[in-house]
Amino acid sequence: MPEIAVAIRQRTDPADRIGHAGLLVVFVLLMAFLAAPLAAVLMQSVEDRNGRFVALDNFVAYLQTPALVHSLWNSIWVSAVVTLLTIPAAFLFAYALTRSCMPLKGVFRTIALTPLLAPSLLAAISFIYWFGNQGVLKDAMQALGIASIYGAAGIIVSEMFAVFPHALMILITALTLADARLYEAADALGTGAARKFFTITLPGAKYGLISAALVTFTLVITDFGIPKVIGGNFDVLATDIFKLVIGQQDFQRGAVVAVILLAPALITFFVDRLIQRKQTSMLTARAVPYSPRRSPGFDVAMTAYCALIAALMLAVFGMALYASFVKFWPYDLSFSLRHYAFGLVDAEVDTAFFNSLKLALGTAIGGTVLVFVGAYLLEKTRGVEWLRPGMQLLALVPMAVPGLVLGLGYIFFFNSPGNPLNGLYHTMTLLVLCTIVHFYTTGHLTAVTALKSLDAEFEAVSASLKVPFYRTFLRVTLPICTPTLLDISRYFFINAMTTISAVVFLYSPDTKVASIAILNLDEAGEPGPAAAMAVLIAATSLAACVVYLGLGWLVERKTQKWRNLK
Amino acid sequence: MNGKNSRSYLELSGVEKKFGAFNALRDINLGVAQSEFVCFLGPSGCGKTTLLRIIAGLEVQSAGTVRQAGRDISRLPPAQRDYGIVFQSYALFPNLSVFDNVAYGLVNRRAPRAAIAARVAELLKLVGLPDAGAKYPSQLSGGQQQRIALARALATSPGLLLLDEPLSALDALERVRLRQEIRLLQQRLGVTTIMVTHDQEEALSMADRIVVMNQGAIEQVGSALEIYREPASPFVADFVGKVNVLAGTAENGGLRIGAALLECNGTHVPKSLSVKIYLRPEDIVARPIAPGDSNVFDARIEKIEFLGSYCLVRVATDVLGQPLTVYLSLNFLSEQALAPGSRLKLRILPDRLRLFDA
Repeated sequence: MPEIAVAIRQRTDPADRIGHAGLLVVFVLLMAFLAAPLAAVLMQSVEDRNGRFVALDNFVAYLQTPALVHSLWNSIWVSAVVTLLTIPAAFLFAYALTRSCMPLKGVFRTIALTPLLAPSLLAAISFIYWFGNQGVLKDAMQALGIASIYGAAGIIVSEMFAVFPHALMILITALTLADARLYEAADALGTGAARKFFTITLPGAKYGLISAALVTFTLVITDFGIPKVIGGNFDVLATDIFKLVIGQQDFQRGAVVAVILLAPALITFFVDRLIQRKQTSMLTARAVPYSPRRSPGFDVAMTAYCALIAALMLAVFGMALYASFVKFWPYDLSFSLRHYAFGLVDAEVDTAFFNSLKLALGTAIGGTVLVFVGAYLLEKTRGVEWLRPGMQLLALVPMAVPGLVLGLGYIFFFNSPGNPLNGLYHTMTLLVLCTIVHFYTTGHLTAVTALKSLDAEFEAVSASLKVPFYRTFLRVTLPICTPTLLDISRYFFINAMTTISAVVFLYSPDTKVASIAILNLDEAGEPGPAAAMAVLIAATSLAACVVYLGLGWLVERKTQKWRNLK
Repeated sequence: MNGKNSRSYLELSGVEKKFGAFNALRDINLGVAQSEFVCFLGPSGCGKTTLLRIIAGLEVQSAGTVRQAGRDISRLPPAQRDYGIVFQSYALFPNLSVFDNVAYGLVNRRAPRAAIAARVAELLKLVGLPDAGAKYPSQLSGGQQQRIALARALATSPGLLLLDEPLSALDALERVRLRQEIRLLQQRLGVTTIMVTHDQEEALSMADRIVVMNQGAIEQVGSALEIYREPASPFVADFVGKVNVLAGTAENGGLRIGAALLECNGTHVPKSLSVKIYLRPEDIVARPIAPGDSNVFDARIEKIEFLGSYCLVRVATDVLGQPLTVYLSLNFLSEQALAPGSRLKLRILPDRLRLFDA
């Protein structure tokens, strides 16, 4: 008799059904607010205006439009130049922070990370004040042979400032993962410093360098704010999308550009995944962390270098700050608050600022809950196995989707009259959901890392004691993970404060946020209020960091006292 | 004792587990009696932990049934089964005090607070840590943490106690101490217990019965002595204890190894001509050897490995043509002034040879 294979299925405990329902909710949300909009972009790119399938005709038409192909080329070479300039600069900075004994490491690190607190276009505004038509150093720049900051030159320097901290963080991590024993072995063999650098340090940081380069390239090519503000007539893909979709209502070609923008992000994503697997396997549990030794000449050189970079960063930040307080650039440089007054009141930016706060708070709270519950249910519960691979993929996809593409997908999907969710269009709810989805992956990975560090058998023990999983979640998992929750929440808050790319397609006059207001003010020829608004956003992000620091301290005292017991 | 025993408290029949094309468990049939202490012993990857997790409902078997106390639990989720479990990692909740950890399963049963406190105190006393209640797990040693995990697992008086390599994370001294404590506790409470281990010493010293597993199948089930003295397969003989493996042929009811014809009592000589002979080092003796004893031969010491009161001695034998490993006491070696190169007479005990088809 042939054996009949009947899969044995375990009955589901009633309590576990709650978990399954939760997982299903997160899944449906990601399908509706991530997968469906992305599918809409892909659909648009292969359909004509009347919705007929035209295969790759739109792409062919795109490649036959010289102006658009020119933008593609511009995007590529500008991104490449920024990557080639930023990575060595950031590597040296990271090297100084991790491998030298220079003083003020904390200060240098903090200054280098400040660009994260403001929208990327703050740099563009600042460079206009330095080198623009009425810029302080315009003549010096022209003496160097650069005719105008508006265009490729402006984009490159602004992007370098904006992406520096992103590259720096990756490289610091890569250089921290060093095994001191390799260096000791090299010393024992009498290896010179240069040889050690090229045979141990550089190969060790190889994956970090690749990853940082890819991330930098992708960030630059998908950035919208900087080319919009300082690009002048220099067209790039990101500004093309906006012009095509908002200006000309040419959704098809907009979708084509979006699909093209998706390519570098996708490549970065897959290479990064590949690299992460290799990087973790490189550092064994037995590795001894490297700690630098004093070397006066080297330490002084590193200090000088970091001081120079920090000074440049402060110059960029400082100019925006200064300009926001100046009465009438460049004619009356006396102190005044009129840009803040004008920006906040006259240009109705007060609503924008409060909208930003709403968006940031909504994202910080809603995103943290969604991400953490999703990651927990995915990592720590059993059952509904058919749902899990899809969930896992959906949680990682946002990393590979530029904000512009996501925003465009939201227009296509939610603005279509047949969609029952159409009512969400232009609402703050949709902005919040879009921002959560946009930054989902980093939050998710942070949560997964924290959850994986917990004992894998907590849930098994609870089940054997007949304690439902949600009780253990509330009594054990959540309290242990509160510091991680704060990290995720802060990440969401700051990104929601500073993001432009996705929301630029989705706001209405009622839901305009501060970062968009900067764009509009700049476009209206009001650089002063634009700078003031950018400073306000940075100040809010900074204040948020301080609040989170305080919360972290409170949480540490309330829920983590078991950690530091002796 | 196996499978169909109607008095078994826990009964596994025809349990299989497939991971894709890989057979993690094949046709497992086993009965565990009430109050019995059973060890699953085997190398890593043999399926012993998978089997334990199937009994716990943490994995689902691909085929077969699991019955506990007469109830078919094959398809029940963990929460609806009746067992306490202890893991190698302790899995204590680090943010809860020892008291709260032990009370974790009790609180859920809505027992009155005083009753819970009394039960926790009783359990902490049982595991020898009566004053640990207010501490946090990180303040305890590994062995102490595992005792608390044991108390937590026993708190709800489960019918079955599952121990998944509970001693593997502990240092050697603590391990020996705790293994005696667990055994005593188990005998006192009479709780049916299954322990998974890869450490033969642990299994031999603790279990009523040992289930030796290899590549997803049960090789042998038996008491420690049975497993050691009468291994059912070359694998068991090899895995449990040290063993010499010699090649020989069956001849006239005896065994020919090299130039020697050995007497062998008690064991059945297989039909096939060429056999593998399994022989424990302690079954080759240097004394007493009386004149006229059989199976005596000359040997030359090649290497002595000092292990304490006994030494593992490698000897060459011209007559057998194959080297042997024997245990000789340190006293014997010094009495006889034996060193590498020395010659001595050895005797193979005729009733201790285990034969398997080559």
